[in-house]
Amino acid sequence: MKKSKLFAVIGGIGVAVLSIFLISADHIDAPAVQGTTADITDFYAFQGQNSSNFVFVANVQGLLPPGQPTDEAVFDETVLLEFNIDSNNDLKEDYVIQAIKRGDSMYFFGPSAPAMQGLESTIATSTRRSVKISTKDDVQITEQDGMKFFAGPREDPFFFDFNQYNAVLSGTASSFNNPGMDTFAGTNVLSVVVEFPKSMLPGGTTGVNPFAASTPMYNVWVEAKRKQ
Amino acid sequence: MKTLKYITLFAAISTSLLFVQCKDDDDNVIIQETCTDGIMNGEETGVDCGGPDCEPCGLVLDFSGTYVQEDQMGRPGINTVFGTDGFKDAFNVTVPSQMQAAFQEKFETKLLGLNPGYTSNALGLDAPTFTTVLSNDVLWLAQSGITTYFNGTEILTGRALSDDVIDVSLLLIFGGPMGDENPGLTSDGVPTNDVAFSSSFPYLAGPF
Repeated sequence: MKKSKLFAVIGGIGVAVLSIFLISADHIDAPAVQGTTADITDFYAFQGQNSSNFVFVANVQGLLPPGQPTDEAVFDETVLLEFNIDSNNDLKEDYVIQAIKRGDSMYFFGPSAPAMQGLESTIATSTRRSVKISTKDDVQITEQDGMKFFAGPREDPFFFDFNQYNAVLSGTASSFNNPGMDTFAGTNVLSVVVEFPKSMLPGGTTGVNPFAASTPMYNVWVEAKRKQ
Repeated sequence: MKTLKYITLFAAISTSLLFVQCKDDDDNVIIQETCTDGIMNGEETGVDCGGPDCEPCGLVLDFSGTYVQEDQMGRPGINTVFGTDGFKDAFNVTVPSQMQAAFQEKFETKLLGLNPGYTSNALGLDAPTFTTVLSNDVLWLAQSGITTYFNGTEILTGRALSDDVIDVSLLLIFGGPMGDENPGLTSDGVPTNDVAFSSSFPYLAGPF
């Protein structure tokens, strides 16, 4: 009963929106946030072009068609995007990088220790940095104190043959194709990208990742928090 | 003289062409190195404000208030795959330190629902161990070295833009200990993005 198994997969990860099934790494992942300005679509964390740096990427408001929907998509001034970094493996954030829009710019705070841990946050009073929010034709990047900042529309970096999932779901196919077709080709997201020196963080912890036990690791994640 | 003029002209054109070629897009890079040093310098008109690079002087912005969590994400697709109706929203507003206690058993039930034949996977993780790892929805990020979800060698040391996280997830859920079970379900056949990523900041491709 492969089909029923796959149906279960799709039932778990697919959500019907206007009769079109759409899915991504975390797009519209749950009823309360889907389609809102606080809906995180993806999170990436990797070593930068300069190997002394980390890069964090948070994407929100996914599945934007080109043209007007992308041009008119805006960050929400009431939604704080918060990158969380746990250095001692207690699964609680030791450092955060916060990003929030004011006016035509995205403002950044940290990395710094948060005033409080957990579901509620206040915005740090530490050094404030900013970048003017980009448009499709006006790309703005700020470099300051070894950090780099970007905020604005980007091509959705996520790739997945979701149409073939649907074909299997509907019984017109029994497996994926090879090659498949990227259902997310040609759609955009709003991205926040921060690059910062690893030296701004305390050291990570060894023994966290059993597949790289001797390599110090951080636990990292991103949150969207709305002003009350 | 004429020859020299032509040479000069040619040199000027070549230089401008080179300049254009080096500037591969219209990115406007603003360097703000002096904007947080506590002294008035550069082209600032006040301490760390004014001029072309820093924020306007006298700019008052309100960052007060309490912000309450609505969504969270560590590894790709965890809530979308392992969450089920009834606790997806709860998962998004649970702190990572409480996730395992709240969701590991639910994740294990879901895993065995997705793949009733699950015994272990290519990482050698049985169902309780695999779902324990996944229910703590944080991304491991290596302090040094290659950062990738999986590149054939490195395992779960970060997440790069080009990582085929869907195939990794499908393989670990459906592929069995040798990765050879359910062969039609372990790859979606889309190994790369439709657009190339940049090797330099901001790394993501421009919008369509």
